[in-house]
Amino acid sequence: MTTTLAKNTSQAAARHTAPGPKRVTRRPNWVGGAAAWLWLAVVVVPIYWIVITSFKTQSNYYVEKPLLPPSEPTLDNYRLVIESDFIRYFINSVVVTVGAVAPAVVVSFMAAYAIVRSGRGRFLRWTNSAFLMGLAIPHQATIIPIYLIIIRLGLYDTPMALILPSIAFAIPLSVLILSNFIRDVPKELFESMRLDGASELGTLWHLALPLTRPAVVTVVIYNALTIWNGFLLPLILTQSPEQRTLPLALWTFQGQYSINVPAVLASVVLTSVPILILYVVGRRQLLAGLTAGFGK
Amino acid sequence: MTVPPISARGNAPLAAVPGGQGRGLAWLAVPALLFFVGFGVIPLIGVFVLSFTAWDGLGEIRPAGFDSWRAVLSDPGLPHALWVTFLVIALSWVVQTPASILLGTFLAGFQRYRAVFSVIYFIPLLLSSAAIAITYKALLDPNFGLGAGLEIPLLVQDWLGEPVLAFSVVIFVVSWQFIPFHSLIYQGGVRQIPRSMYEAAEIDGAGRVRMFFSITLPQLKYTIITSSTLMVVGSLVFFDLIFVLTAGGPGDATRVLALEMYKRGFQANLMGPASAIAVILVLVGLALALLLRRLGGRDATHSQLEGA
Repeated sequence: MTTTLAKNTSQAAARHTAPGPKRVTRRPNWVGGAAAWLWLAVVVVPIYWIVITSFKTQSNYYVEKPLLPPSEPTLDNYRLVIESDFIRYFINSVVVTVGAVAPAVVVSFMAAYAIVRSGRGRFLRWTNSAFLMGLAIPHQATIIPIYLIIIRLGLYDTPMALILPSIAFAIPLSVLILSNFIRDVPKELFESMRLDGASELGTLWHLALPLTRPAVVTVVIYNALTIWNGFLLPLILTQSPEQRTLPLALWTFQGQYSINVPAVLASVVLTSVPILILYVVGRRQLLAGLTAGFGK
Repeated sequence: MTVPPISARGNAPLAAVPGGQGRGLAWLAVPALLFFVGFGVIPLIGVFVLSFTAWDGLGEIRPAGFDSWRAVLSDPGLPHALWVTFLVIALSWVVQTPASILLGTFLAGFQRYRAVFSVIYFIPLLLSSAAIAITYKALLDPNFGLGAGLEIPLLVQDWLGEPVLAFSVVIFVVSWQFIPFHSLIYQGGVRQIPRSMYEAAEIDGAGRVRMFFSITLPQLKYTIITSSTLMVVGSLVFFDLIFVLTAGGPGDATRVLALEMYKRGFQANLMGPASAIAVILVLVGLALALLLRRLGGRDATHSQLEGA
C-alpha cells in the first residue's frame, strides 16, 4: 500500500493526463519533432567531441578531423590528469557535497513538514515567506559578507567554508519542493497516525518521509549537482591547492595545460563522470521530481 | 524531544482547522532558519552595510559614508555592465523560452523516443559551467576548433575575440546549458493541462497548431512566469561561465555586473564598491522578480505563498 501511495504522490502532477494508450491527437507533432532532433544534435555533437578528443594524442589532435574517432586511441591524457592530484580534488568535492547535501536536506525536510502541517502559526508563515524571498534574491550577491563571516569564524580555506554557505543556499528551493510534495499526502493519513497515538516525529519519519521519498531523492540529486559544480564559493573561500574542488581544479588545470587540449578535455570528462553516474541511478526520480516540483 | 502521544491527542480540536494541526511543530523549522539567517539574511544585510565602508578584504573595515556609492555610480563602466547584464538576460530569455516551450510540449507527448531524448537532453545541466566554458573555448578555437577541422569557413571565426561574436557565444552557451532544464519545467506544466480541454477542442475541429496557441500556451502562463523568474534571477548572477569563457572580454564586451563585482572586490580589493554593485544586483533581481510576479497576476506566486 505504501508503494502505491508513494507512486500516486509522485505522479500527482501527471494525474490529469494519466498516460493511456490513446492520445488526444494521433497526428505526429512535426514542428516539435524537428526541433527535438535539431536540439539533440546541438547537445550531442559537443559531448561526442569532448569524449573522442580526450582519447587523442596531443599531436594527433592538431592533424585529425575533429569528429572522427582517434586513429591511435590513448589513455595518456587520463593518466596525466589523475597524476595531477585528481584524486585529492575528487575527495574534496565528495566531502563538500556530502557534507552540505545531507544536513541541507534534513533541515529542509523538517522545516517543510512543519510548514505544511501547521502553517497557520505566525512564526512558520513568516519563515516560509523568508524562504520564498530567498528564491528571488541572487545569493552570489551576498558573497562578500559571507567571505567576511567565514574569515571571522576562522574557517577560511577549509571544507567548512564551502559547506556552511552551501547548506544555506540549498534551503529555499529544497523547502519549496519538499513542502509541495508533503502537501499531497492525504490529510486522513496524518489523522489516522495521530489517532493511533504516533508522535509528530514518528509521523514525519514513518509517514511523510516514505510517502515523499521521490521528492527527497530529487532534492538530494539537485542539490548535489549544484554543489558539486559550484565554482564561485571555492574560488573565493579557499586558497590553497589542497582545498580545491573539481571545478576549480579544472579551471587551474586548463590554465596550466592550455596547449594540451586533449588532456584538458580528459579532465572535463573525469570531473563529469561521477555526476553522470548519479544521474543514471536517480534519473527517473529526478526528472519526475523536477517536473512536478517546478510545475506547481 | 518526541511529543508524547497524549499531547497530540490533546490537540485534537485544532485538527479541524484545515491545513494544519498542532502548534508544537515550529521548532522543526529552527535549524533551517538558523542556516538561512546566518548565511542568507545576515549577509544580505551585511552587503548593504559594507557598501558604506572601505575594506581591502584583509585589514580594518572603516566607515566611508557614500564614497563607494559615489565611486560606483560615477564610473562609466557601471552603465555598460548594467547594459550587458540586461542584454544577457533579455536575449537568453528570447532564445531559451520559445525553444524550451516547444521542446517541453514535445516531450510531454508520448512519442516513442521521448524517454531517450529526455535522458540526453539533460546532460548539459550535469556538467559544471567551468567544464562547459572550457569545452567551448577549445571547440571554437579559430585554429584547431571544430570549424577549422571540418573546414567550414563560416565556422572559422575568432569567436571569442570579436565583441559581438563573443557576446553571441555567451548567449548560445547559456542556452545550451539551460534549455534542457527549462524544457523540463515546461514538460511538467504541459502534463498538468487537463486532457478534457484538448478533447473538447478536437471535437470542435481544432488542429494541433490551433490547440497549441489556444490551449497549451495560455495554460502555461504560470509555468512561463516560474521559468522566467528562475531564468532572469539566474542570468543576473551569471558568473562562472562568463568568467571562464571570456573573462568579460574582449575588452568589456561581456563584462556583466556579477563579474564587475568580483573584479572590484577580489581582484582590485575594493570591497566597498564591490558591495555597492552587489546591492545593485540584489535590487535589480528583486525588481525583476516582482515585475514578473505582477505580470503573472495574483496566482503565480500566490498559490505558492498560500500553500505555505
